[in-house]
Amino acid sequence: MYRYDDFDRQLVHERTEQFREQVKRRLAGDITEEQFRPLRLMNGVYLQLHAYMLRVAVPYGTLRADQLRQLGMIARVYDKGYGHFTTRQNIQYNWPKLDEIPDALLDLAKVEMHAIQTSGNCIRNTTTDQYAGAAADEIEDPRPYCELIRQWSTFHPEFTYLPRKFKIAVTGSPNDRAAVKVHDIGLRMHQNDAGETGFEVIVGGGLGRTPFVGKTIRDFIGKNDLFSYLEAILRVYNRFGRRDNKYKARIKILVHEEGIDKIRELVEEEWSQIKDGSLRVDDAEIAHYIEQFAPPAFETLADDDADFERHKAENRRFANWVRSNVIEHKQPGYAIANVSLKPIGGIPGDATDTQMELVADLSEKYSFGDVRVTHEQNLVLPHVKKADLFALWTALDADNLGTANLGYVTDIISCPGLDYCALATARSIPLSQRISERFSDLDHQHDIGELKIKISGCINACGHHHVGHIGILGLDKRGKEFYQITLGGDASQDASIGKIAGAGFSEAEVVDAIESLVTKYIDIRDGGERFIDTYRRVGMDPFKEVLYGDR
Amino acid sequence: MAIVKNDSLIEQEWITVDAEGDLPSSDENLIVPLERFKEERDSLLGRNGGLGVQLNPGDAPEDLAEDLDRLSIITVNFPAYTDGRGYSYGRVLRERMGFTGELRAVGDVLRDQILYMHRCGFDSYDLKVEGEVALNKVRAALKEVSVYYQPTGDGRVTAQSLRERRRAALQ
Repeated sequence: MYRYDDFDRQLVHERTEQFREQVKRRLAGDITEEQFRPLRLMNGVYLQLHAYMLRVAVPYGTLRADQLRQLGMIARVYDKGYGHFTTRQNIQYNWPKLDEIPDALLDLAKVEMHAIQTSGNCIRNTTTDQYAGAAADEIEDPRPYCELIRQWSTFHPEFTYLPRKFKIAVTGSPNDRAAVKVHDIGLRMHQNDAGETGFEVIVGGGLGRTPFVGKTIRDFIGKNDLFSYLEAILRVYNRFGRRDNKYKARIKILVHEEGIDKIRELVEEEWSQIKDGSLRVDDAEIAHYIEQFAPPAFETLADDDADFERHKAENRRFANWVRSNVIEHKQPGYAIANVSLKPIGGIPGDATDTQMELVADLSEKYSFGDVRVTHEQNLVLPHVKKADLFALWTALDADNLGTANLGYVTDIISCPGLDYCALATARSIPLSQRISERFSDLDHQHDIGELKIKISGCINACGHHHVGHIGILGLDKRGKEFYQITLGGDASQDASIGKIAGAGFSEAEVVDAIESLVTKYIDIRDGGERFIDTYRRVGMDPFKEVLYGDR
Repeated sequence: MAIVKNDSLIEQEWITVDAEGDLPSSDENLIVPLERFKEERDSLLGRNGGLGVQLNPGDAPEDLAEDLDRLSIITVNFPAYTDGRGYSYGRVLRERMGFTGELRAVGDVLRDQILYMHRCGFDSYDLKVEGEVALNKVRAALKEVSVYYQPTGDGRVTAQSLRERRRAALQ
């Protein structure tokens, strides 16, 4: 894992001091809330419904044990004993006090963490595959490039006041777990005809009130040229992106209005002028970063483990957890263990201080001190010996972290919604809890199979409802919450934007509506079809019928 | 209200004129908006006083390619600090087009953006505060951070270059 060197450390410490100074100026009244706003936003401090909220960056979703332990400590000392993992692989604290935030940032800096650029119209935290460096289907570990992007984008002097926020996601696997097609820039590693590994560059994807699947601006860019190419895209966006209307300011609108061909022409023209400049990264430097993310010291093991098999045979709950939450590892004898933060009836993505500390301890014991945060709001221990899985699960399960539902109908993405967020038009957490309770039966969940429900409490779509197999958007109609259902969304390599099924449902009706959709799917599915496959085969009509009948 | 350049307060020696209307006498130093410069280029270049151009958001610095050596100053207007187009104009003017005259940030120029402006090639700042206060703000802003990841044309050594030097020294 990447360790800060003295340069990285110094930068974060200077930033912490700078922010302390800015807070002091704000509290003294030297700057107005209006002037303070962009400064606090650049440090991840939002003003929510009830309090300030601090969003801490987890660069490319990778945490060391000591970092996760510190996040737990911060939850206890500066918050009410919990934190919320987000769809951007970050963590949010909902109740910090403004005058204490500089101290919290200092505590973060001690473990090489920060809240830089987790908000504001700048390049945000770069996200990637939570199984990076572990996945059996990976072409190459994307994290060295993510770290280089982190550095390139941190306090980029030219791109700190963009038209709007800017999100980059990277996948090193053909099976896209990072939703790269719905980001401002998506990078997909692949090999060209010459056998070199590089990136397909996808631009202009995004969710929000105007969702788009991104378009390919360049089929292949070599690793050495990646950063000059990113800079060219950002410069074109900074110069030509719309600034007259905040809702039309993302790069997806520029791409949509000008057309991908025009944008490609501008970017290529810009790139041709800078590609041989100082952003070209040579092989030696890339090798240096690859070295930083070298695989841990795996033991040479047989892929099968007799004890593991025996525990599965003897303990049905463990076997269920393995079935849903354990993923194939590239190294024989090892597995990827997903820690669900979606207990039945729980708040998606929330973890308590002690849960964070437990996972930190377990990662040291079983996973080389390596923990990942997923954009689906779960945690991952990426390198666990199969022989250790039972002990791991037993410890997780004792603290309500052993839920066996990864990818199932109760593994719901949900934004904080009206319980916290100043932008929300409806609550999303209570709805996710009720859906989770409705489908609590594990055998039923397993029978339903992969079904991604994603809930947003407003049109800004932080809960990714547009790319949920079933998406739910909470709106406000004359002071009452109601929920619009979309079907057929997908964030994977087969990305698609869901279609609105019809009129929205009241809070009382919506869980029944979801259940009727699931029942219909079970009735008409073909063989091993997932919900999304069935929807793609039969289309909207059969589902519309169960929702609305003749209405 | 106060202009800071090269760690000093400097006098305002330029008159910034609007896109339309009469021009002051031929001896005065003028800054004209790019649009007007394009329309009245020849007569403007024929005046006795110094000449500068102001870029507003949406302008193309490339339009000045033929005339850069005739301009003593280019001002880039940041009508709101949130409008960051001027940062790109600064880098294009300095790093691509090779402009060596004064590059001044005007408009909503605040302390917390000055370092970024400097990194993008600006060397003077028109602040809305008085004398010493302005000077102190610029000084404080420019020394707040000492680690730079991005290579720009400002001459600051990046963290990457320092790392390479260190690795080379160890070999």
